[in-house]
Amino acid sequence: MELLLAIAIMALGAVVLGAALGYASIKFKVEGNPLVEKIEGILPQTQCGQCGYPGCKPYAEAIAKGEADINLCPPGGMEGVQKLADLLGREVKPLDAEEKPKSVAIIDENTCIGCTLCIQACPVDAIVGAAKQMHTIIAPLCTGCELCLPPCPVECIRMEPIGENIDNWKWKYPVVEIKAAPLQKAA
Amino acid sequence: MMSLFKFKGGVKPPTHKNESTGLPIARAPLPSRLVVPLHQSIGGMPRPVVAAGDKVLKGQLIGEADGWISAAVHAPTSGTVLEVAMHAQPHPSGLDALSVVIEPDGRDEWIAREAVDYKSLKPEEVRERLQQAGVVGLGGAVFPTHGKLTASKTVAMEELVINGAECEPFITCDDLLMRERAEEVVRGIGIFRDLLQPQKVLIGIEDNKPEAAAAMRAAVDALNEPFLVVQVPTRYPAGGAKQLIRVLTGKEVPASKRSTDLGVQCFNVATAYTAWRAIAHGEPVVSRLVTVSGDVRTPRNYEVLIGTPMDELLKLAQPHPDTDGIIMGGPMMGFLVPDPQAPVVKATNCLIAHCERLFPPKAPEMPCIRCGACAEACPHELQPFELYWFARAKNFGKTQEYNIFDCIECGCCSFVCPSRIPLVQYFRFAKSEIWAREREKNAAEGAKARFEFKQLRDEREKAEKAEKLAKAAAAQAAKKAAEAAAVAAAEGDAPATAVAEPEAPPVVVDAEKAAKMATIQAAMERAKAQREATQPKNTEALTTEQQRAVDEIEARRTVLETTPRAEAAPLSEKAE
Repeated sequence: MELLLAIAIMALGAVVLGAALGYASIKFKVEGNPLVEKIEGILPQTQCGQCGYPGCKPYAEAIAKGEADINLCPPGGMEGVQKLADLLGREVKPLDAEEKPKSVAIIDENTCIGCTLCIQACPVDAIVGAAKQMHTIIAPLCTGCELCLPPCPVECIRMEPIGENIDNWKWKYPVVEIKAAPLQKAA
Repeated sequence: MMSLFKFKGGVKPPTHKNESTGLPIARAPLPSRLVVPLHQSIGGMPRPVVAAGDKVLKGQLIGEADGWISAAVHAPTSGTVLEVAMHAQPHPSGLDALSVVIEPDGRDEWIAREAVDYKSLKPEEVRERLQQAGVVGLGGAVFPTHGKLTASKTVAMEELVINGAECEPFITCDDLLMRERAEEVVRGIGIFRDLLQPQKVLIGIEDNKPEAAAAMRAAVDALNEPFLVVQVPTRYPAGGAKQLIRVLTGKEVPASKRSTDLGVQCFNVATAYTAWRAIAHGEPVVSRLVTVSGDVRTPRNYEVLIGTPMDELLKLAQPHPDTDGIIMGGPMMGFLVPDPQAPVVKATNCLIAHCERLFPPKAPEMPCIRCGACAEACPHELQPFELYWFARAKNFGKTQEYNIFDCIECGCCSFVCPSRIPLVQYFRFAKSEIWAREREKNAAEGAKARFEFKQLRDEREKAEKAEKLAKAAAAQAAKKAAEAAAVAAAEGDAPATAVAEPEAPPVVVDAEKAAKMATIQAAMERAKAQREATQPKNTEALTTEQQRAVDEIEARRTVLETTPRAEAAPLSEKAE
């Protein structure tokens, strides 16, 4: 009798806890992969496709699945690789491309024929213009992805590195000046 | 006598104030040329409203305020605008910024000045006038003053604190201003009082300036104002806004809050003076008092036009031959100006001729021994040694946890550090890195949002197009089917219909196909017609010049279209 009671209690416990777990799994279901979001937060959102994926999110998904390496994002630079390595516990690898200075696209407005091809290519809506009208780039919105360069039929778009100005100037890391000590003559 | 409070920390560096207080304020002569930077205050960069070649009068607007938190910029003297171009700035970076260069004509002729009685104006009109006159905080932060003169609706204004402490060594411009022009300072404080309606007005002056305090007391009594002139103990940085508020009111402004949340507002004495000149005399801010001291023969205070090159100003005080640089600001918070030709701006309160005799080079930096002297000296009760470790390790998240943004960069920690660590430099480095990251993060978020919106738009357009096509095709098919059925019904009699019925499906299929073909054909025709019908509207009524330009572009385009890409390729490679 006692044996049966014990089994019944255990069974009851199992049913109750199982039901609670099942409920929780539906109620507190995590939408999407939180890791993808974290990875995407590190990526620079230039949407340039230099990693071989159509945008930052697909690349983040590929990294999360373990399909892609973490060193494919040139705009993110070595700092991005470092951060991804820290997040994912992978090894830091050298960047799979050259690191370029952050640039902005400039349309030579005298040459532009108003074909709208660059507007369609721009992933972040940073180009304004209309058919047969001159186009121009809204510089603060440009991510420097270079996707507008290939479609231009008259090659009127060029990339210009963003220089240092008073607004984006940064205090430098304090460096200790090392001076050679004056030579002392042996007495 | 009211009881005073204390702030924690602080240091007592040698004050070096007596050197420059011996002589009265002198007016600096007109320089050979004036370089007036457009961006001299916190907030939006003023837009230039003059061009090269324009004649300007003293006090004429040359830079228009951009947005509410921004202040106008004016011509400091009459003359000719030589250029609006990039020039060296009094900034630690030594980088250039947009400036208006004016060649004085020597007449120093004022524009028509309108003096008004501010009591007849509405508060918003007074604020507007202050913005138009370019009145900004002259204590060093150069925050547009009108932005601080709106009384909070939720917190009652209890104290208005007027800062005449001037705690930094060498600087005496506020001291001399209060000694010589106390009446106008007090009148200016009257404007602030009337706009903010505080319960009390407290004027804080360090007790090493008894003459200034006496002059201010006399002016307050003469004008019959209920302002309290309070002498506060001399201790650096008693002139920091939060420190002075603490000393005078006992209120401690918490991290990430403003003094206005506690019902306190703070202004510098020089700001009050310029506000009075702007309102009661219609004079915009075109000059300021600058202490010239340090390694010079005759240290004194000058009234200097904004835009005067620093080296020209320094020459007036006859620097000693061993002078090897100019410090703008005091020795605690100032910086060595990278280009001595940089102009005096609204934030320039002091120029110190630098030499190794006065400022001997520091012995080399030693490791931090965690003695805690910096934490004891910090007037904001931060832990500089912790901040130092994290800033040094570039662990910026941690520096924010230790409230790096409460650091006012007063330099007390570096001053007391027995290991001579340039702590403030580390904090400035960490702060600007954090700001840069913040900017990048915001830019990335904006880019992501726009990218996602563009994708959504593309998807929606595709879906809409597909839906439209499907609908049109279905409608056509239905029509054709109905017609076919009607024809069939008309041709045959009752039994024939019965026979025709099994035949119907193939007819329908054929009809569907035909309908589709017809729709496509029709659509193509329509598109063609439309293409022919639409002419770009802006090509009508062209001038011959425009027509020629259009022809040229068309010619170029045909050439480009006919040129095979293979030929064009080497050209582009060469260009790269």
